[in-house]
Amino acid sequence: MSSQEIPEENLPAEQGTAHTAVGVADDPFADPGLPAHKPRIQDIDERAAKRSERTVALLFVLSMVATVGFIASYVIFPVDKIVYIWPFGHVSALNFSLGLTLGVALFTIGAGAVHWARTLMSDVEVADDRHAIAAEPEVKAKVLADFAAGAEESALGRRKLIRNTMFGALALVPLSGVVLLRDLGPLPEKKLRNTLWAKGKQLINMNTMEPLRPEDVAVGSLTFAMPEGLEEDAHDFQTQIAKAALMIIRIQPENIKDKREREWAHEGIVAFSKICTHVGCPISLYEQQTHHVLCPCHQSTFDLSDGARVIFGPAGHALPQLRIGVNAEGNLEALGDFEEPVGPAFWERG
Amino acid sequence: MSTATTNTSGAAAPGNRKAPAGERVADWADGRLGIYSLAKANMRKIFPDHWSFMLGEIALYSFIIIILTGVYLTLFFHPSMNEVVYHGSYEPMQGIRMSEAYASTLDISFDVRGGLLVRQIHHWAALIFLAGMFVHMMRVFFTGAFRKPREINWLFGFLLFVLGMFTGFTGYSLPDDLLSGTGVRFTQGAILSMPIVGTYISMFLFGGEFPGGDFVARFYSIHILLLPGIMLGLLVAHLILVFYHKHTQFAGPGRTNKNVVGMPLLPVYMAKAGGFFFLVFGVIAVIAAIASINPIWAIGPYRPDQVSTGAQPDWYMGFAEGLIRVMPGWEINLWGHTLVLGVFIPLMAFGLVLAIIAVYPFVESWVTGDKREHHILDRPRNAPTRTAFGVAWITEYVIVFIGGGNDLWATHFHLSLNAISWFVRIFIFVGPVVAFIVTKRICLGLQRRDKEKVLHGRESGIIKRLPHGEFVEIHEPLGPEQLHTLTAHEQYKPVEIGPTVDENGVERKVPAMQKLRAKLSKGYFGEHNQIEKPTVEEYKEITSGHGHH
Repeated sequence: MSSQEIPEENLPAEQGTAHTAVGVADDPFADPGLPAHKPRIQDIDERAAKRSERTVALLFVLSMVATVGFIASYVIFPVDKIVYIWPFGHVSALNFSLGLTLGVALFTIGAGAVHWARTLMSDVEVADDRHAIAAEPEVKAKVLADFAAGAEESALGRRKLIRNTMFGALALVPLSGVVLLRDLGPLPEKKLRNTLWAKGKQLINMNTMEPLRPEDVAVGSLTFAMPEGLEEDAHDFQTQIAKAALMIIRIQPENIKDKREREWAHEGIVAFSKICTHVGCPISLYEQQTHHVLCPCHQSTFDLSDGARVIFGPAGHALPQLRIGVNAEGNLEALGDFEEPVGPAFWERG
Repeated sequence: MSTATTNTSGAAAPGNRKAPAGERVADWADGRLGIYSLAKANMRKIFPDHWSFMLGEIALYSFIIIILTGVYLTLFFHPSMNEVVYHGSYEPMQGIRMSEAYASTLDISFDVRGGLLVRQIHHWAALIFLAGMFVHMMRVFFTGAFRKPREINWLFGFLLFVLGMFTGFTGYSLPDDLLSGTGVRFTQGAILSMPIVGTYISMFLFGGEFPGGDFVARFYSIHILLLPGIMLGLLVAHLILVFYHKHTQFAGPGRTNKNVVGMPLLPVYMAKAGGFFFLVFGVIAVIAAIASINPIWAIGPYRPDQVSTGAQPDWYMGFAEGLIRVMPGWEINLWGHTLVLGVFIPLMAFGLVLAIIAVYPFVESWVTGDKREHHILDRPRNAPTRTAFGVAWITEYVIVFIGGGNDLWATHFHLSLNAISWFVRIFIFVGPVVAFIVTKRICLGLQRRDKEKVLHGRESGIIKRLPHGEFVEIHEPLGPEQLHTLTAHEQYKPVEIGPTVDENGVERKVPAMQKLRAKLSKGYFGEHNQIEKPTVEEYKEITSGHGHH
């Protein structure tokens, strides 16, 4: 900020001192000073003060009672007891009673303390002076001189070799810490490009855990499938299903608008990645009439009868389709992996 | 008297008082810690009183409550993603595969007596902590309490708010339930959108591909150690600065920029502020007793291929949620790379909107060129441009927040989801502008009203009929205290660039930043941007008889 261009002198007079120039006696807006203290009823009537004292004490006693109630509730109510309490409905008796008694025990301490402060402690307002935060010029001069002396004695400015090698050493040493972070995880490589799907892997119905057959898939139904060989108790099940989750629907082949989609389908049965291309939520809302699917997280909407292209919402590209066919046993099988990465887009996706 | 005689006769000699136990303890501590000097400055420290000053206290106390309950929860929670089959006491989950994190959260909720209560207090307190910080921050903003010397404390507070959001996020992700796992997935998708480094950060954060088996343990150490540790340091620094700067106060009789008027720490503020801790804790405990929060048992364990509808983050993440929901899905594919603008722009906008409010104090002090200390608070109306800017910012926040719940708005009010998204997309830009203009008009109107009140007095509501039949309302003149309060505010004049040609007719070069500053200054303090406050002359002329109804 260069002040040589714009003069700074037109700042308003400081608050509180604004009117002294005119002269206080003359100035109707002058600060009349702190108003006189107005006594409260408790300040002049000892009976009122006694009443306040009793109120505060009552609140503190109430707190003690509530704490006893808390301990009693802890002992009395079994952890799984459910009771009906209007208007909260069916609630855990233990949670309800513990919370209420704890709440009352705490609240009454607070209410008592505040009531005590408001009615019985002095409410006379006192003024305290402020002092400038910035140091006086003498202090500043002393500090600068001290600093200059210290810097001079260190000879940091004169002995450049020491200075430069020290900066070099201090700059390099944190690198050890950075290097240690390397094993936080593997490099991305092609990991996001592949899923468990491969040529010949059967589509396993995730409800029945049986291989899907074309006749199992009716028009208007939505079926979820995973690749053959993936077990729910496998250690990497969550990571694999996060990429391989598949949704299967059946559309009359003549209603499929996209040519490639029709070719990759089997008798109108199409398989798309279930993982939204926006930020990766599993898509689960299917509209039978229009063959639209909606991601419930951010409402991206895809048209499954038209190559799963995005028709609304924040997703950036269509859902990847899995090419499927039927094997010798008459079960649905994949004819390969997805041809593009599933899930959210990323820099290397291309 | 020699010391030897004192020592031998001291205890027995009548009138040679032995210090009471409390004093002796204090002496002991003073000899080691210097507590008397500390207490001299602070024990009777004056605190001004105003209801809005307690908002920060709500945040402070809920933070303490979160730490207390959080420590308790760590005694029972297992931050592990190892898969187990549940055989606990919650029937509907019997035999279901889940992570140990989720199973131990079920145990806390159903087997540990009071565990559910502590969990709910912890979560409710977190929501209230963030809300308290937000409202406290707005209080500081709208009253100009961020001005010199408090700009650094404003930044500390801002960092606390931002870190609070991420502590909250890492915290509610720990139970590894279906809802929070979906939120983590969203975060991972957003990280992937970052150009060049996205996939690397994702792999490093999750220890491989999403979800992997590491993130709960990693989020756990971030949630209970790293972030709260930083926050505790910032909080202490924040409070030290509040003490050091002394509290701000509103203008009023006897209150100047050079003093602080109120009641002493001991006893009034200790009782009030200490009592308020118990009030806040008590209220949160009652809320936790009667209002269920994050019932993870009803949501189920996380599966990356499953999701529930109506998925919402905690309120403070609703802003990020809204940005990501309403953004069009722009993706640019060039030279084998993808720029995921549809996700990356919201990610940047999230930081940008927050950063704007963080740097505001520095922009304002640059515009005013004011380098003096300010301890008297502004009434929002007396800083119309700042107030309008703040309201515009809040409007932006609220509109995006609405976008974050677009599905709930649609289902609850039977509206079209697409229409809501389009409303948000348009009003993200239009809303703040409208809010700015409207707020500024309201502020100027209120300033006019104050001026009117000062010059003509308060409307008494008493109607008088004059002899010739005219009806007038009697205005009561204000007392000196009110007159002072309503005229105590500072009014800046716009900075001028000055003539752009010098006395020789040579054109003087004015840097663009200076031109911008002069423009902004005119927008803040120029004609029609503030109402000239009444002068003594105006007041005297009107009160001396003419034109006074």
